[in-house]
Amino acid sequence: MTDFVHPALIFILGALPIPFLSGTIRKAYLVVVPSLAILAVLTMQPGSYGSMEFIGQNLQIAKVDKLSIVFATVFTMMALIGTVYALHLREAGQHVAAFVYVGSALGVVFAGDYLTLYLFWEGMAFASAYLVFAQGGGQAIRAAFRYLMVHITGGLALLGGILLHGTATGSLLFGPIEGGMGAGTYLILAGFLLNAAVPPLNAWLTDAYPEATVTGAVFMSAFTTKTAVYVLARAFPGVELLVWLGTVMALYGVLYAVLENDCRRLLAYHIVSQVGYMVAGVGIGTELAVNGSTSHAFAHILYKALLFMGAGAVIYVTGRRKLTELGGLYKSMPITVALYMIGAFAISAFPFFSGFVSKSMVVAAAGQDHRALVMLALTMASSGTFLHTGLKLPYYMFYGTDRGLAAREPPGNMLVAMGMAAALCIAIGVFPGPLYALLPYPVAFEPYTGAHITESLGILMFTALGFVIFLRALDPENTISIDTDWFYRKGARYFMWLAERPLARYEKAVSGVSDTAVLPFLHGSARAGLRLDLGGVDGIVNGIARSILDGGGVLRRLQTGVVTHYALAMIAGLTAAIVVFAVVWR
Amino acid sequence: MIKHVVDFFGDEEYARQRHRLFYLVLILIVAADFAVPREHVEYLWERLPGWSAVYGFGSCVLLIFVSKFLGHQGGLMRREDYYD
Repeated sequence: MTDFVHPALIFILGALPIPFLSGTIRKAYLVVVPSLAILAVLTMQPGSYGSMEFIGQNLQIAKVDKLSIVFATVFTMMALIGTVYALHLREAGQHVAAFVYVGSALGVVFAGDYLTLYLFWEGMAFASAYLVFAQGGGQAIRAAFRYLMVHITGGLALLGGILLHGTATGSLLFGPIEGGMGAGTYLILAGFLLNAAVPPLNAWLTDAYPEATVTGAVFMSAFTTKTAVYVLARAFPGVELLVWLGTVMALYGVLYAVLENDCRRLLAYHIVSQVGYMVAGVGIGTELAVNGSTSHAFAHILYKALLFMGAGAVIYVTGRRKLTELGGLYKSMPITVALYMIGAFAISAFPFFSGFVSKSMVVAAAGQDHRALVMLALTMASSGTFLHTGLKLPYYMFYGTDRGLAAREPPGNMLVAMGMAAALCIAIGVFPGPLYALLPYPVAFEPYTGAHITESLGILMFTALGFVIFLRALDPENTISIDTDWFYRKGARYFMWLAERPLARYEKAVSGVSDTAVLPFLHGSARAGLRLDLGGVDGIVNGIARSILDGGGVLRRLQTGVVTHYALAMIAGLTAAIVVFAVVWR
Repeated sequence: MIKHVVDFFGDEEYARQRHRLFYLVLILIVAADFAVPREHVEYLWERLPGWSAVYGFGSCVLLIFVSKFLGHQGGLMRREDYYD
């Protein structure tokens, strides 16, 4: 038995046969691949694997330690859940893309050097973009194209950073950034922050995720941002900037979620908010904080997928996605409601649900690090989280005004996948021990103290009171919200207008000037130059040549070939020399 | 069982019971917050029983009205065909 089988390889090679299988065999195969990957992660031993030399650089395909194992564990578990949720799909393309996507995410998690990381990083971008393209229709295809463009730009920043960093330090090995922050490190950080959806680089997420296929969005909610959290935790722990970006992010997502009408876009804004806790934790950088970020990423992947699966089930059954068009589904979809609510309680950090044991770690780490403001802001964001995912969304989606929609429970495989995620959300909340044992640092944190429980319940239930009182103010409105994607959606149009109108006119004016004024001047000066050349320069050159020729003729006449003439000349010369010597030197 | 619980939160006939239960829970939480022992409190507010209730309610109201203000007065909310 080998110590290490790369789980990325299992997924990427495992994706190849999918198009050639069909029916029950394909379904069984789809479940077996992630199961094998879970097994590979559970049995792997820490160490370095796949070292090699490439263009004079030491590369390391896989570096296994506690941090990478936590992320790989939840990634493979999530892959299994997501695959079960998507089992009913007939077309192979989405399964293949999802497997390549998961495999690439795992490749990043184990990458020991920047080149390997970059290759898998790009693999993730392309494979996940397919999950949006696969939805079809103009809206989704445009969103997918924007998604891809933004990620290619981010990837370029990352690659530029890697090259600068590699030249500066002489090594491409991926690890904590040491020494000062140079241009290269900032570019790498920018590439990472883009994938973590840190504002103002967040709009790609909330733009594209709601446009993805029902099953694709479940995968997307789990991998891209959490891979970014992993690389930040690996390379930039304790960077002060991240604390503030993370805190702003946690509130940013919550504020936008109030305005949102699209159910999955609302959930996407809560990814931004939740990843804010993780980014802030990485920025605080203490052992408790990094443990908090890691465990929160673990818990988040499961409950966020559960929420996306719940909203996806509603879209699958009703074909509608706007809260203004949904409502009254609880009668026909009670199991979906119950499973969704487990995810909602988990993200809101209710006691005995997974968010409670992970989010509180980050908040406690902020408290221990004497960051009162961060602590208060993160607590406020948890209030907003419950307000939207736990109250507003389920109220307007499942309860609220009955729109008389014909609905039923989604297919069995969807419910099973939601059940798996829900079971994990509760299991982690009730027994946090196994999760804490996986974390990179030893855990001395007890989430279940009396004061912590009453404090959390106080925050959450009085948020509910606010919701009940101000329910009408929260009624969804048929609008979209402007986010930073404005700059490339509207801004690009203004740029094109600028290029087509003023710039094109300027170009025309410039060429007009050159036709009417510059060209005749150039022609004239060229003719004058020619005259000068022919009359002046050529004349001088010819004159010199002619005088040299004449001088040559004179000299030739001197060379008579008669020895006496030469001797006479020598004697004359000698006499002259003596005369000069006698007269001048005397 | 699940269906009963889900119905309890939606059906009109349980509205009175729902409200009573909700207010009972709120009272119990505040009461419990006064009762729990507090070791190693670091910040002023952690000493105040019932603080979390006030902060939770305040946060909720603040978030709703700040974002609706930004959405309506700040021009963040636009018609759905804004980008078309």
